[in-house]
Parts: sequence; C-alpha cells; structure tokens
Amino acid sequence: MTVTPAVTPAAGGPPPGGPATAVRCTGLRYSFGAARAVDGLDLEVRAGEVFGLLGPNGAGKTTAIRAITTLLRIPPGMVEVFGHDSARERMAVRRLLGYVPQQLSADGGLTGRENVALFARVFDVPRRERAARVAEALAAVDLTEAADRLAGTYSGGMVRRLELAQALVSAPRLLILDEPTIGLDPIARTGVWDRINEVRAATGMTVLVTTHYMDEADQYCDRVGLMHRGRIRALGTPGELRHALAGPGGAEPSLEDVFRHYAGSGLTGRDNDEGGDLGDVRRTRRTASRVG
Amino acid sequence: MSADAPAAPPAPVVASPQLRLLLTPPPARRGWRLVPARVAALCAIELQKLRHDRVELYTRAVQPALWLLIFGETFTRIKAIPTGGIPYLDYLAPGIIAQSAMFIAIFYGIMIIWERDSGVLTKLLVTPTPRAVLVTGKAFAAGVKSVVQAVVVVLIAAVLGVSMTWNPLRLLGVAVVVVLGSAFFACLSMSIAGIVLTRERLMGIGQAITMPLFFGSNALYPVAVMPGWLQAVSKVNPLSYEVDALRGLLLGTPAHLWLDLGVLVLAAVLGVGAASALMGRLAR
Ligand SMILES: Nc1ncnc2c1ncn2[C@@H]1O[C@H](COP(=O)(O)OP(=O)(O)O)[C@@H](O)[C@H]1O
Ligand SMILES: [Mg+2]
Repeated sequence: MTVTPAVTPAAGGPPPGGPATAVRCTGLRYSFGAARAVDGLDLEVRAGEVFGLLGPNGAGKTTAIRAITTLLRIPPGMVEVFGHDSARERMAVRRLLGYVPQQLSADGGLTGRENVALFARVFDVPRRERAARVAEALAAVDLTEAADRLAGTYSGGMVRRLELAQALVSAPRLLILDEPTIGLDPIARTGVWDRINEVRAATGMTVLVTTHYMDEADQYCDRVGLMHRGRIRALGTPGELRHALAGPGGAEPSLEDVFRHYAGSGLTGRDNDEGGDLGDVRRTRRTASRVG
Repeated sequence: MSADAPAAPPAPVVASPQLRLLLTPPPARRGWRLVPARVAALCAIELQKLRHDRVELYTRAVQPALWLLIFGETFTRIKAIPTGGIPYLDYLAPGIIAQSAMFIAIFYGIMIIWERDSGVLTKLLVTPTPRAVLVTGKAFAAGVKSVVQAVVVVLIAAVLGVSMTWNPLRLLGVAVVVVLGSAFFACLSMSIAGIVLTRERLMGIGQAITMPLFFGSNALYPVAVMPGWLQAVSKVNPLSYEVDALRGLLLGTPAHLWLDLGVLVLAAVLGVGAASALMGRLAR
C-alpha cells in the first residue's frame, strides 16, 4: 500500500495567482427547525491541501458541506469558496466545485460514459472536446473498460469511482467528497483514495473530504478538523493532534484516541462540553498554530 | 457483458492516466444560451434511457391500446356520444394521446423525488444550472418522452383504422402541443413533489388527480354534454386545450388552435415558475 505520510505539504500548492484559501467558513450556522445541525463553524481550507472533516454521525459534516456547495440557503458572509460568497455568487462557486454526495448517486439507467457526459455538458465542455474529456475522466478512475455498461450493473466501488469521474470532468479547483468510502470494502476504499491522490497530484486541486474512518484521515489528509455538535473541536495535522493529546514524553495516541477524547466525552451531554474540554481544544489549537 | 469479455493485456497498464484535458476548466457559457444547452443535455439523457430500456415504452403502450380497442370500438358502435359526424374511435384517439402523455409527465414528480433520495438531483443542483433552468430541462425531457410515446399511440390508432393527417407540418404541431402539455403536467407533478416530499404521498396524490383531470376534460366526450360544474372544470383544465388542439391538427375538426397554444404556453410557464420555487425544498 502506498502510504502518504500524514504531514506532507500539499502536493500542488495554491494555484499561481489564486487565493491561498479554498474554503472559509465564518460562524456558519444552520438549523433544521429547532435542531441546530451546524452551530458556529469556523473553518479554513488552504488551497491545494487535502482537508479531512472528521466527526461522529450527526456531527453536522454533511450539513456543512451542503452549505458550502450552495445547496442550503445561508446568509451571505458565512461561506467563501476561493473568495466567492456561497450565498451571493452561487453560479461562480458551482463552477469551481466537484461534488460527490454521501449516497451512491450515479444514474443506473445510463452507461458510465453517459453519466460522465451529462456532467461534461452541464459544465459547458465544448462539443469538440467532450468525448475526449469524458474518456480521460473515465481513464483517470480506471473505468475505461466498464464505460459502456449501465451504471446499474456497477459495484459500490465502481459507482464511487464513476462519481469521481463525473466530478473531475469539469476540472474543479475544489473537490468535495462526503464520506466517499462509506460502505466500501478495504480494497475498494484504497482504490478510491488512490484515484483521488493521483488526480490531485496531477492537478493540484484542493480536496475537502468528510469521513469517520480515522485510519483514512491519518493516512490521506494533510490537515483534519474534528467536528462535534456542529463545531470544530480540534484542528491540525493528524500528527499534531496526536502529539497534543499525548503531552511531552507520553506514548503517542492514535488519531482514534484523539477523536474519542473530543467526541466521546461530549456524548454525555451538551453542558459537559464547556469545562475541561474547551481548554483542551484551546491548547490543541495553540499547538496547531505553533507548528503549522 | 462485453466489457468483461476481452482478456486483460499482459502487462496491466499502471494507472498513471493522461490528464491533459482535465487540467483546464471548460469556458463558462453565460446568459440565455445556457438554457437551450441545459435543456438539450437533460433531453439527451431521457432519450438515452429510453434506448437502454425499451420495455417501458412497450408497457406504456398497453393501456392506450386497450382504451382505443375496447372503449373506442364499443362506443363507435353504440353511437352514444355526439362527435360531430366522425367515428367515435377517431374522436377518441387524440384524447388518448393526450392522456398517455399526461401519465408520463405526472410520473416525473415521483422520479424527481427518487432522484433526490438517490443524490442524482443533489449533484445536478450543484452544477452551474439555475433551478428554473433545471426544471425547464426536466419539463422538456418529459415532453420528449411523451412525444416518443405519442408516436406509438398514433401508430396503434392508424392500425385500428383511425383516419389522421400525415401532413408533416401538422404532425410537427402535434409534437409541439404534446411537449407543452407534458411540460405543464411534469411541472405540476414536480411542484406537488416539492410540497409533499415523499414518494408514497405523491403516488397517492398523483392517482387522485390524474383521473379527475382525464374525466374532467374533453378527452372522452365533448364539453357540451357535460353537466355545468364539469364544464367549469374542463375550462380550467389544460388537458382540454391539449386535446382540442390535437383533434384540430390530427383530424381537422374545428378547433381553437391559437387559444389552445396560448393556454398551453402560459400553463407551462406558470408550471416552471411554481416548480422552480418549490425546488429549494427538495434541495434541503
Ligand atoms: N434534512 C434534514 N432534516 C432535519 N434534520 C436534519 C436533516 N439533515 C440533517 N439533520 C440533522 O442535523 C444533524 C446533523 O446531520 P448531518 O449534517 O447529516 O451530520 P453528519 O453528516 O455529520 O452525520 C443531525 O442531528 C441530523 O439529524
Ligand atoms: Mg453525513
């Protein structure tokens, strides 16, 4: 297995001339009725990095992603993508995005190629380069041979890779993946991640990914944010977060321990979040900002 | 499947694909030109789906065939309905074309809920496609599917001996009328989908409205024989205008073509407006 070290600098770096920040959330809030799904999320994803948004089910990861992708109506000023406000400049933001939602969302009544071609068309790929571009996207995710089969006959891993091709065909600067490997077997998971990393190495695009698999975050993300109850509770490289929890001289905990520390303790009740935990978060943040 | 059949090349190609084209974003299409491009894209996938699965086309032909064969033939013999001198089967055929188109269009609301639950719609909503344009595209896609279905019903009617026009201009008019009518009913159904949000409820409502729309129109009998309250329903029912136009175009019976066309365009525009306004609820 090719293991990307946890603390690598971003492969591509920010594209020349572009802003250094891919996504900036400032006090992002979103409620479904009385339930606050995202509750004051502050987040900065740097251009060119793979940023992992981690958190237990119900933490608000999907809701945050949906706000960033312009799917949810939010007030202006809360979310910016490469300097474009997600509420005010929806079309501009959408042109920069490739989005793979949490569900397996290929159209089973179309072939793999037709699925990708649809996205080439709705992103205005000129007719003369459409076929070549679609073929390139399919090749990039290793689906050339299966391209003319109905997507309904694909396995879960193949559907995920097809969705990746759909997202990549418009050459997005920001690829957003919501739990891309959920429900896949280990080999399919590695397959999906390898394709993501290859494309990213070649294009230098930014990747924002949510997951609740610790090992993946550890392996593939440049930085992670631990999200719990609608807010970031800890932020840094996977290594930094582990160090911060261990303290000087201690055995290094896994990222999973870090996750338990922040998410697990909060599960006892909202009030308990405030006391000691917050101090820990602050300490972690300081460490993170010192190192990063 | 054919894709599995060819033997793997001796040295498996290492996945280091050429990504030349994927490095540059496509140029953005702006302004009004975006609308026909998106509509064409959404209509194209409808035709592709029809090509992969023709079974639906055939099964959907059964019901109109039965209507024409049983209802049409029987009532032609009974001569109970005043049709203005033409055989009842001929009179009925345009009504059945409109009916089968409406059934297809009403199904679009169910489809959009399915697409929402499966993430297909969510992904389309994150493309540079304004919601109203997405709805327009879906409405026209319903129209395209309905036209294909209409061709099948016209052929069945021709086999049963209905004497229709084969004038290409008139047939083009038939296609336009079917597209407009289907666009309206698809938008109606998508609007209801945006209100009720679940497939089960929509299926119930869909069944509850299609029959009154059908019987409360001139598809089976002229408006003149209806009781007053049903005449009122028929007056506000776009299906009546669709049937009137189809009869005029296919059979050459007296019709109010321009009024029909005007009503259908207006209905389709209002439908697109309502469905786009409610589309936000499906994105949530
Ligand atoms: N469409 C919705 N309607 C009502 N509540 C929702 C909806 N989507 C999410 N929620 C609620 O918002 C919270 C956050 O959900 P979500 O963002 O999906 O979390 P995650 O993706 O981290 O599992 C959960 O409590 C969930 O029940
Ligand atoms: Mg989620």
